[in-house]
Amino acid sequence: MNQHNQHDDNKHLLFVNNVRKIYMDGLPSLDGVNLKVHPKEFVSIVGHSGAGKTTLLKMILAEDFPTEGQVLFQDLDIHSLHKNDMNKYRRRIGMVFQDFRLLPHKTAFENIAFAMEAAGRTDEEIESDVPHVLDLVDLGDKIWNFPQELSGGEKQRLAIARAIVNQPDVVIADEPTGNLDPSNTHDIVQILKKINDLGTTVLLTTHNKGVVDSVQSRVVTMENGKIVRDDEHGKFII
Amino acid sequence: MWWINTKRILRSGFVGFWRNGVVTAASILVMTVTLFVLGSLIFMNAMLDSALGQIQSKVDINVYFTLDAPEESILALKSSIESLPETASVEYVTREQALEEFSKKHADDQLILQALEELDENPLGAHLNIRAKETSQYESIARFLDSENALSSAGTNIIDKINYFQNKIAIEKLSKVISSVDTLSFAILIIFIIISVLIVFNTIRLAIYTSKEEISVMQLVGASHRYIQGPFIIEGMMYGFAAALFAMVLFYPVTIWLGPFTEDFFGGTNIFDYYVDNFSQMFFILILSGVLLGAASSFLAIKRYLKL
Repeated sequence: MNQHNQHDDNKHLLFVNNVRKIYMDGLPSLDGVNLKVHPKEFVSIVGHSGAGKTTLLKMILAEDFPTEGQVLFQDLDIHSLHKNDMNKYRRRIGMVFQDFRLLPHKTAFENIAFAMEAAGRTDEEIESDVPHVLDLVDLGDKIWNFPQELSGGEKQRLAIARAIVNQPDVVIADEPTGNLDPSNTHDIVQILKKINDLGTTVLLTTHNKGVVDSVQSRVVTMENGKIVRDDEHGKFII
Repeated sequence: MWWINTKRILRSGFVGFWRNGVVTAASILVMTVTLFVLGSLIFMNAMLDSALGQIQSKVDINVYFTLDAPEESILALKSSIESLPETASVEYVTREQALEEFSKKHADDQLILQALEELDENPLGAHLNIRAKETSQYESIARFLDSENALSSAGTNIIDKINYFQNKIAIEKLSKVISSVDTLSFAILIIFIIISVLIVFNTIRLAIYTSKEEISVMQLVGASHRYIQGPFIIEGMMYGFAAALFAMVLFYPVTIWLGPFTEDFFGGTNIFDYYVDNFSQMFFILILSGVLLGAASSFLAIKRYLKL
């Protein structure tokens, strides 16, 4: 395994510390995973289906609890956070899903506004920031459209806009191009790269070799619940 | 911030109510039927109470006095009976009034009227008509009279006859029927309330189930539980409010249609008159039930999905 050592390991943003997760079937979905993510990094996590990528993201989002080990975010053990602190933690993470997970009965504006309202932002901030962030993802003309009136690529761009509107420390994208055609895939990758260039850490899981190769950044490869490769400027190698 | 959040929750609840068209319509429909059944039970109870009240009002005890019973002794007994806690009213009918009533009652029967004229003296004694507060209390009044029977004017018994002892079995049966009907109608009401609560809870649970994904996304963007629950609770309350309105509107033609039938069946009580006279009370009960049921069901249903 090629370890990346160019960052100062003490300045990690996220530290997955020897995490194991065993579900009811008794087989480990994660088996002693160690991962440090540093500020402003772009990390692609690759692997076959069932390799443990999504389980790892669930641990980072505190959607599920590890059987063993810890996930530290800026040295805070996120699984020991109380309800209010958990909400605050989640507001510092922007999440993008393969199936978009937009709020179907809310317009593009309202989908983004909801994330801002949840973060306690004022009406004035919402009025000024939402159009701006929609412009950033080239959806300025779709502000009053409902998700079902948008194409797949537009939905994903809207999901990204929602993820970045609160200026999170890290954007986690779980197979964001899985449901998209090559053209939209390219657009989404460019947006994620731009977000990273502006200083936000990006954590991406993908099956798509083209996506990984075009990002040209750190690649973490998972297999059977373990990290088997960690390359600083890696390519998709499975 | 609290007020801003509350405003946002209210707005989001109202918007969700309008936008979730099919789910909203289905939930309101089920709740309307449920509240209609609840309202019908209230009507049934009222009709039954009125019918039983009318039957009860027809039951009384009559104490017939001997012809020579002095009026002051009768009035003294009347006062003693009135002081009993079981007594609702006591009516004193003098010998003259008794004769007048008898003559009126048999005005068409010439034979009886001629027989009365041939008599030198009024053959009818004075009597007391006693009404108890409850049918079951006639026995204790009768027992009192039985003991009072010993009391007499100058050692002579003034009471000729107490008709309770002739009608005892019928009155006791009626008491049992009234008590059983009361218990049964209360049990049916409780059973229907439980069924209604379960139906409404399941309807709202299904409505919220359709938003399961939405709720998990809301949690993942860091929304507080209150901020997620609030709009769903508002929606549930609005379902209940709208359903109560529809149920009340629906009762209008139904009670008009059933009015003449209930008037015949329940001895003069028209269900439409009851609906009009008690409109505000019924409206308040249905609105309160609908809104509370909607809010509580939403609160319980959504809790299940707030575990992230």
